[in-house]
Amino acid sequence: MDWNTLLFAIFPYVALFTATIVTIYRSIYRPFSISSLSSQLLERRWLYWGSISFHWGVTIILAGHLTAIFLPQSILLWNQAPLRLYLLEITGIGLGIWATLGMFLLLWRRVSVDRIRAVSTPMDFVVLVLTLVSMVTGIIISSYYRWGSTWFTGIFTPYVWSILTFRPNAAPLLPLPFIIKLHVFNFYLMAMAFAFSRLVHIITWPLGYLLRPWQIVIALRKTRTDAP
Amino acid sequence: MNVRVHMSMLFHLDKCIGCHTCSIACKNLWTDRKGAEYMWWNNVETRPGTGYPTQWENQEHFKGGWKFEKGYGEPDAISLRLHSRAGALAKLYYNPDLPSLEDYYEPFTFRYADLFNAPENTQQPTAIPISMVTGKPLHIESGPNWDDDLGGSNLYARNDPNHAGLSDEVKAALEEVDRVVFNYMPRICNHCLNPACVAACPSGAIYKRAEDGVVLVNENNCRAWRMCVAACPYKKVYYNWNTGKSEKCILCFPRLETGQSPACAHSCVGRIRYMGVLLYDADRIPSAAAVPDEKLVAAFMDTLLDPSDPAVVAAARANGIDAGWIKAAQDSPIYKFAKVWKIALPLHLEYRTMAMMFYIPPLSPVMSAMKDGRVRLELDDPDQDFELFNHLHKARLPLKYLANLFSVGNEDTIRRILRKIYAVRIYMRRKTVDKNIDAATLQALAEAGTSPEEAEAIYRLTTLPTVPERFVLPPYHREMAIETLRDPLSHKGEAGFGYNQPPRRGE
Ligand code: SF4
Repeated sequence: MDWNTLLFAIFPYVALFTATIVTIYRSIYRPFSISSLSSQLLERRWLYWGSISFHWGVTIILAGHLTAIFLPQSILLWNQAPLRLYLLEITGIGLGIWATLGMFLLLWRRVSVDRIRAVSTPMDFVVLVLTLVSMVTGIIISSYYRWGSTWFTGIFTPYVWSILTFRPNAAPLLPLPFIIKLHVFNFYLMAMAFAFSRLVHIITWPLGYLLRPWQIVIALRKTRTDAP
Repeated sequence: MNVRVHMSMLFHLDKCIGCHTCSIACKNLWTDRKGAEYMWWNNVETRPGTGYPTQWENQEHFKGGWKFEKGYGEPDAISLRLHSRAGALAKLYYNPDLPSLEDYYEPFTFRYADLFNAPENTQQPTAIPISMVTGKPLHIESGPNWDDDLGGSNLYARNDPNHAGLSDEVKAALEEVDRVVFNYMPRICNHCLNPACVAACPSGAIYKRAEDGVVLVNENNCRAWRMCVAACPYKKVYYNWNTGKSEKCILCFPRLETGQSPACAHSCVGRIRYMGVLLYDADRIPSAAAVPDEKLVAAFMDTLLDPSDPAVVAAARANGIDAGWIKAAQDSPIYKFAKVWKIALPLHLEYRTMAMMFYIPPLSPVMSAMKDGRVRLELDDPDQDFELFNHLHKARLPLKYLANLFSVGNEDTIRRILRKIYAVRIYMRRKTVDKNIDAATLQALAEAGTSPEEAEAIYRLTTLPTVPERFVLPPYHREMAIETLRDPLSHKGEAGFGYNQPPRRGE
C-alpha cells in the first residue's frame, strides 16, 4: 500500500467515521458540551472584526465547495463564459483572504487578550491552527493553480463521490502538487478534531429558528384526569 | 378559555430595607461558581438609579422586549425589538446589541494570601484586588451595587431612564441634598407570560414550564448564541463565559417542588416578599400584549382570572389543573394584592413581555409634606397624613417616576394605588393610636375607593402575615409527575436525577 492510498483512501474513513460516531455520542450523551463558546461578553471589539469576516467568508466558501461536489454542472455551466469564471475565481480568492485576515485577528486576540486567553483550551489552538492551514493553503492553491472552480469538478468531485459511495479511489490525487494534498489532508485532520472540539457547533446552525413558533411551553406531565 | 397556572412573587417595596440578604442567599445557592460570579439572579437596586446592568431599561440601546406595531386596518401586532427571524441568523457571529462585561462589572476578589505572606515591613500589607476572569490585578471600576444608596448620584441617579417625562425642575429637586429621596427595588426574573428570551433563542433552548410558568434554559440545547441576553428587557438572562451557556433565575423550582419558598423570599429580612399562584387565560396573551400603551395595564390584568369563579375553576379542572393548585390560587396573596385590592403592578408592562412578578409601589417619606412649594415639618401628625393624601403630586418621589416604572407612564394609576395605601395607613393609625375613627378618615377611605374591612385586610396582610400567609405554596406532586417518566424506586440510592457529568466548558 502506498502513501497516497493510506492518506486519501483509508485515513478519510478513519477521520469521517470518528467524526460521525463521536458527534452522535456527544449529541446524545454529552449535549451540555456542545456550544459555540462565544467570548463576545469578554471582548467585543476585535471579535467584531475577526468573527464576522472569518465566519461569513468561510461559510460562503464552504457553500462553494459543497456546490462543486453536489452540483458540479452548475459550476461548469456558470464558468462557460470566461468573464463569469474570472468573477467566480476573484470572489473566491477575495473571500478567502477576507476570512484569513479575520482568522489571524481571532488568533491574535486569543493570544494577546488576557480575558480570552483565560478561557482558551489547548483544543481551541489546535482548531485555530488547523483552520488557518486550511485557509492559507486554499488561497495559495487558488492563486498558483488557477481556475480551481473548473478543475475541482474534474478531479475532486469524482474523488469525493468515490469516498462517499465507499469505493475509494485516490488515484486522481496522486499527481497533484504537495500543497493541494496538504489542503485535502488538513481537511481530514479537521474532521478528526471536529467532534472533539468546539467545531462541532457548525452542525447546530439554528436554521430551525426560521420555522419554529415564537413561544415554547413544555409540560412535564400530560393532563392528569384522575385528580379529585 | 385556556386556563393555566403561574407561580408569582410580589414585592412590597415599602417594606424593603435594602439589606441585600436576598441577593446573597441567591448567590450562595446558585451563582457562586466560575463564570457565574457576575450574575445576580436577584439584585436590589437603589432607585432612582441606573440599576444592574447599568441602564438596563434603556431599550433604545439594549433592544430588549417587544415593540408595538400599529395595524392601520390590520390587527395591531408586536415584534421583537432585537431581531427578525432572518436577522437573528445574520447576527449569530457577532451581536451588536449584546451587553459586554463592562455593562456589568469584571468580577473581582482580593489576594488575601498577601496579608499572611508579606515580608516584615513598617507598612501594613494590603490584599490587592484581582480579576476573577484572568486572575490578574485589576483596577475596580464598577460592582454589582455601585450606586447603592445613591452613591455617585449625579453619575447614576441622573441617568435613570425612568426620568423620561419629568420636568427639569423636578429632576433638579431630586438631586438636592436635603430633599433627596430613594427607595429599593429588588429584581428577579419576571417569568413573563410572553417572554422575549424564549422568542429570541435561535436554538429553542428556553421554554416556559406549563406546570408553574417558570422560564428555564435547557442548557443541553443552549449553543451560546446569546440572543436571550440581549432580548430580555430586564437583562435577567446571563451568559456564563466559562461553560458557554446561558443561565437565569429558576425561581428556585427545586425548592418550590419540595414545598419551600425561593431562597430570596425565604431569607428576606424585611419580609417584603409574597409567593402565590395565579390563574391566567393563555388565549388572551396575544391580544393583551398587542394593545397600545394606555391600555396595557388593563389588558394585562384581564388575563388574570378569578380563581373563585366556578366557570374558571371548571375550565382549570378541564385543563388538568390539580385541585390543590386551585385552592392555592384562591388563597393567593398575589391575587389579593393585584386583583382584589388592585394595589400591585408588574414592572414595565410596556416591554410587552407580560411580567408576572408584582410590585406594590413605595410611598415617599412622610416628612415630605409640602406647602407653597416648601417643606413643612411643623405639621401635626393628622395634618401630615391628609396633606400627603391630598397632595400626592407633591410627594418627594415624583408620581411620574413611579408611573414610568409600574404603570406605563400613567400617573392616575399610581395615584390611585398610593392613595389607597395612605388611606389604610391613616385609618389604622386612627384605630390603633387615637382609638377614634373620625368622619374625615372614613371619608378618606371612601375617596380612596376602599372600606374599613378592606383596609383592615390590607393592613393585616401587609404587616402581620405569618409565613404560610405570605407563601401560599401549591402541592407540586413531583412524586407523581416523575412517575410518568421513570420509576423512582429503581433510582433508589442513586445520586439523583440531575447532572451526572460535571458541567464543564466544552466537554
Ligand atoms: S432581603 Fe428583603 S428587605 Fe432585604 S434587600 Fe432583599 S428584598 Fe429588600
